[in-house]
Amino acid sequence: MLRRPWRNRSDRAVSSLHRFANPGRFRRSSAALLPWCAGGAAAALGVGLYFALFSSPPDYQQGQSVRIMYVHVPAAWMALMVYAAMAAASAAGLIWRHPLAHVAARAAAPVGAAFTFVCLATGALWGKPMWGAWWVWDARLTSVLILFFLYLGYIALANAFDDPVRGERAAALLALVGFVNVPIVKFSVDWWSTLHQPASVARIGPPAIDASMLAPLLLMAAGFALFFVSILLVRVRSELLARRLRALRLARARAAPGA
Amino acid sequence: MEAIAAFLDMDGYAGYVWPAYAVAAAVLAALAVLSVRRLRRNQRDVAVLEADRPRRRRPRCADEGASEGDGEA
Repeated sequence: MLRRPWRNRSDRAVSSLHRFANPGRFRRSSAALLPWCAGGAAAALGVGLYFALFSSPPDYQQGQSVRIMYVHVPAAWMALMVYAAMAAASAAGLIWRHPLAHVAARAAAPVGAAFTFVCLATGALWGKPMWGAWWVWDARLTSVLILFFLYLGYIALANAFDDPVRGERAAALLALVGFVNVPIVKFSVDWWSTLHQPASVARIGPPAIDASMLAPLLLMAAGFALFFVSILLVRVRSELLARRLRALRLARARAAPGA
Repeated sequence: MEAIAAFLDMDGYAGYVWPAYAVAAAVLAALAVLSVRRLRRNQRDVAVLEADRPRRRRPRCADEGASEGDGEA
């Protein structure tokens, strides 16, 4: 007699996620999903760039420099979202021992670091003409710099151990502990008096940004998000293949010692 | 021609706007290229080793295979 291996809804949800731990199934699912994500990213970025550079107005105060917003803000949103995803994956790896959780977290980390770097660099390029300074140590900028260091720390820690399992576990703990920085980044402009402006989109109340500017902003954000998913799928497949490679090489070395 | 020059000038902010877009494009492109390059290299290496292996029917568990079945439960 067949019995379901789960007793409640949480077990069932976990079991359904565990289905994708099978590398063959993941490979097929990701191969089917990747063209859509990559194509969607290209479309969203293409249309977004058209609106960002051509078909949106200059700001009444900032003039044409406001166009930097269309890369700076999506990068910042992705920097935070990817860290949240990394922390969630780390928790899933530590708590439920999902085989792909740590793989996904490690694959996401360099992408998040890249977005954070783009956010910091474009922010500096925007700050110099607007504020007169490439950098200030206000709460928003400092906490995003810490976010960048957390990404780099995660990558370094995961690679620092001979035993990859221990490295993943240590890095996962770092990701979880560092998650406290995410709400700090988000609310820094409310909690401290910062040079960086307060939130215009993700706030209580309607967006404090004109629709003609919100549209390219959201398009670029969607493009960045689909780009992240595409790169994540590529990197997870890559890491699964790398593990297979290590297993094959190990089997070879054992089969033919001294050959 | 003047319209293009005016567009590129970005009302004097060109030295900030265009490098910002260039940094974003360069970083994201580098990420994509490096990730895909590593994937292709791993695919190639795995294919080489799997072709080399003696053909044996083995119960397959947590490893990814290109041709020998697909791990269906």
